[in-house]
Amino acid sequence: MSDFASPIEVGDALKRVHYLPDPRISQVVYLAEHLQKPVLVEGPAGVGKTELAKALAEIYGRRLIRLQCYEGLDESKALYEWNYRKQLLRLQADEGADWATVEDDIFSESFLLERPLLEALRSPEPVVLLIDEVDRVEIETEALLLEVLADFQASIPELGTVQAVSRPLVILTSNNTRDLSDALKRRCLFLHIGYPELDREREILLTRVPDLPGQLAEQIAGVVRHLRQQPLRKAPSVSESIDWARTLLALGVEEVTEGVTTDTLHVLLKYQSDIDKVARELE
Amino acid sequence: MISILTGFVAELRQVGIPVSMVESIDAARAVEHIPLADREALRHSLAACLVKSAHHLEAFDAAFDVYFARRPPLAEEAASEPGDISAGAGSGSAEADLDQMIAGLVGAVAEPDYEAMRAIARQAVGLLAGIVPGRPAGGRYYLYRVLSRLGAEDLPERLMAGHDLEGLEGAVLADEYRSRLDSFESMVEDEIRRRLVADRGREAVARTTRRQLLEDVDLSRAPRAEIARMERVVQPLARRLAARLAHRRRHLRKGRLDVRRTVRRSLSTGGLLADPQFKAPRISKPDIVLLCDISGSVATFAHFTMQLMYAMSSQFSRVRAFAFVDGVDEVTGFFTPGVDYHEAIARIGREADVVHLDGHSDYGNVLEQFTERYADAITPRTSVIVTGDGRNNYRAARGELLQQIAASARGVYWLNPEPTRFWDTGDSVMREYVPACRGVFEVRTLRQLEGFIEELAIAAATHRTSVKV
Repeated sequence: MSDFASPIEVGDALKRVHYLPDPRISQVVYLAEHLQKPVLVEGPAGVGKTELAKALAEIYGRRLIRLQCYEGLDESKALYEWNYRKQLLRLQADEGADWATVEDDIFSESFLLERPLLEALRSPEPVVLLIDEVDRVEIETEALLLEVLADFQASIPELGTVQAVSRPLVILTSNNTRDLSDALKRRCLFLHIGYPELDREREILLTRVPDLPGQLAEQIAGVVRHLRQQPLRKAPSVSESIDWARTLLALGVEEVTEGVTTDTLHVLLKYQSDIDKVARELE
Repeated sequence: MISILTGFVAELRQVGIPVSMVESIDAARAVEHIPLADREALRHSLAACLVKSAHHLEAFDAAFDVYFARRPPLAEEAASEPGDISAGAGSGSAEADLDQMIAGLVGAVAEPDYEAMRAIARQAVGLLAGIVPGRPAGGRYYLYRVLSRLGAEDLPERLMAGHDLEGLEGAVLADEYRSRLDSFESMVEDEIRRRLVADRGREAVARTTRRQLLEDVDLSRAPRAEIARMERVVQPLARRLAARLAHRRRHLRKGRLDVRRTVRRSLSTGGLLADPQFKAPRISKPDIVLLCDISGSVATFAHFTMQLMYAMSSQFSRVRAFAFVDGVDEVTGFFTPGVDYHEAIARIGREADVVHLDGHSDYGNVLEQFTERYADAITPRTSVIVTGDGRNNYRAARGELLQQIAASARGVYWLNPEPTRFWDTGDSVMREYVPACRGVFEVRTLRQLEGFIEELAIAAATHRTSVKV
C-alpha cells in the first residue's frame, strides 16, 4: 500500500499541501506506513499536531475521520451505539412476531449507529483516523482504544468482531497533561514535535502568511525564539507566531522594533504576568 | 546490526528508559525500512519505536551517539593525529596555532560555515583534548578541557563585539550566535565520543557518558545547567501529578449510604432496595505548612520543594511556607498566583529575615522562634513538612519543640536530601527529631519528591496513618 518511496518524498508531498515537516516528522510518517502502526504525536499546544493529521489525509487522498477526546468519552460515543429509538419502533411495528426473529432483527446492521472508531474500521476505502487529545480521556477509557490500535478490529457483543476492511492510518495527539498508559504507548510509534528551529519557523511563516516579506519573517522568527528562551508561563507557539505575523502585516509594519513588539505582545503571550515581564525587559 | 541493537536496547534500559520486548522488535523491523548509511534516519526511526516519552529523548540521544558514532574517512583519521599540544603548552608556535584556530572558529561561526566548524572541532579535539588511550575518563571531562582551551566562554562577547546593537535586535543576534556555538559544542562532543569509542569500545564509553534521567538526578549535587533543565520539568510534573491525584481521589472510596435516594430509586423495582445509592465522599485536602532550610547546601532542594508545592496548591486547602537559616520568616506572600517562581526565590533571598545571628543553620533557635511567632499556623488538620539536612553546627537541637509542634498538628514529615547513611554523622542531629515525626524520608530526586507528595495527598483523603515513599 506504499504511496511514497522514501521519507523525502513524504516530506515533499507534505510541503505541497503547505505543511512544513522536519526530517523527524517525515521519517516517522514513512515508518508508520511501512510498519502499519499508529503514531502518537506529542508536544506543546499549537505546534501543528492536528494539522499534521489533516495534511496527511490530504497527501494520501483519504478521508479524515476525527475522534475528539474529552473526559467522560465512552464506548457509545467513540465506537458504536444501538439506535434504540429505531429498535422500539421496530418492536411496535411487528407485535406478535416471535422473539427469536425479532431479536435477530433489531440487533442487525441497520440498527447500528457508527461512531468514529467503527466508521474508520468499516470504511471501504482507507482513511486517516485522528484521535485528538487522547490525554483527556480517563485511563479506563484508553483501554477501549487498544484493540483498535493493535489489531485494527473491534468487538461488538451482538455482532462479533468487526475487522478493518482497509487499514486506516491512525494519528493520536496528546498535550501531555497526564502520562498515557504503557499499553497504549507500546502500540504506537512516538513522535515528539517541539518548537521549530529558526529556519523552519521562518519557512512556516512564509508558507502560512503568503504576503509576508522575507526580512520580516526572519525578524519575527528571531524574536519569537528569544521569547521562548525566557522563563514564561506559556511560551509563544507556532500558531501564535503566525497570528503575530498576520497582525504585523495588517498594521503595515516593516521592521520589528521594541515599540512594535510591546504594542502587540498580547497576540503572542496569553498571560498578563508574561506580558508585563517581557514589556519590562523591552523598555 | 541485530547485536548492536540488542546492546543499545540494554543500554537504554540501564539508563532507566523502559523498553518492552514488542518495542525492540518494532525497532528491528524499522531498521529494514531505512538505508543504514543514513544516521539521522536511523536515529529518528529508533527513537519513534523505543522512546515513548519526550523527557527520555535526551538520554536516548546520548546513548545513540555512543552506539552509532560517526566514522570519518580513513585519510582524515591519519591526518588529524599530530602531536598533542595540550600537554606541553607554552611553546610559542603552539600558542600561535591556537590563536589562529580560535580566529578561524570565530569567522566560521559568524558566517555561519558549518563545514568549517566541523573541521575545526575535529582539529581542536586532536590538539587540545589530550585523550590518553585506555584512560577511563568521561567524555564531559574532555569536552570541558577543549572548550576552556578554546576560550569558549569569551566567544559570545567576541562575536558580538563587531556589532553595535542594543536591545531586542542585539538579544536576537546573541541568541543566534549562542545557538551556533551550541552546535559547535555538540560537534566537539561528537568527535570526542567517536575517538573514545574507537579506543575503548561502545559499552565502556556508554557507561561514562550516560545521561541520567532528570527525575533521577541528585538535587543537591546537580550542576547549574542541569538545575535549569529540571526547573522546566517541574510545572508539567506538577500538572500530571495533580491530574493523577484527582483521578485517584475520585476512585478512592464511596461515600456513606444515601438513604433518601436509595428509597426513591427502589420505587422502580417495586419497593425492593436493589440499587443502593451513595453520597459523594467529602474530600479532605491537607493543610500544608512548609518549613524549609534555605542555607547553602540544601537551598536547591528547598527551592524545588517550594516550587512543586506551589505548583500543586490547588490540591491542598492551604499552603503556608516558612524559610529559615538560623532565624525563621514567613514567605507565603511571595508565591501569589501568576508570580514568577525565580522572582519569588530572589525575593526570599533579599527580603526574608532568615538570619538571626551568624547565618549558620540553627534548628533549635528556628523551632523556638517558630513556636513563639507562628503557633497559629498549626491546627489539627495541618501537615508540617520540614526540609533540611539536620546539620545543626553543634548547637542545641531542641527536639522537644518539634514534639510540641507534632502534638498540635496532624503530623510532621521530615525530608532530608542527604543519603540515610550520613544521618547522625558529624553535626547531623536527625535522631533528636525522628521521634517527633510521623515520617522521615531521604528525598534526593524529583521522582522521590513526587512520590512523597502523592502519598501525602492521598493519605489525607483516606485518613491513613502512614506515608511511604
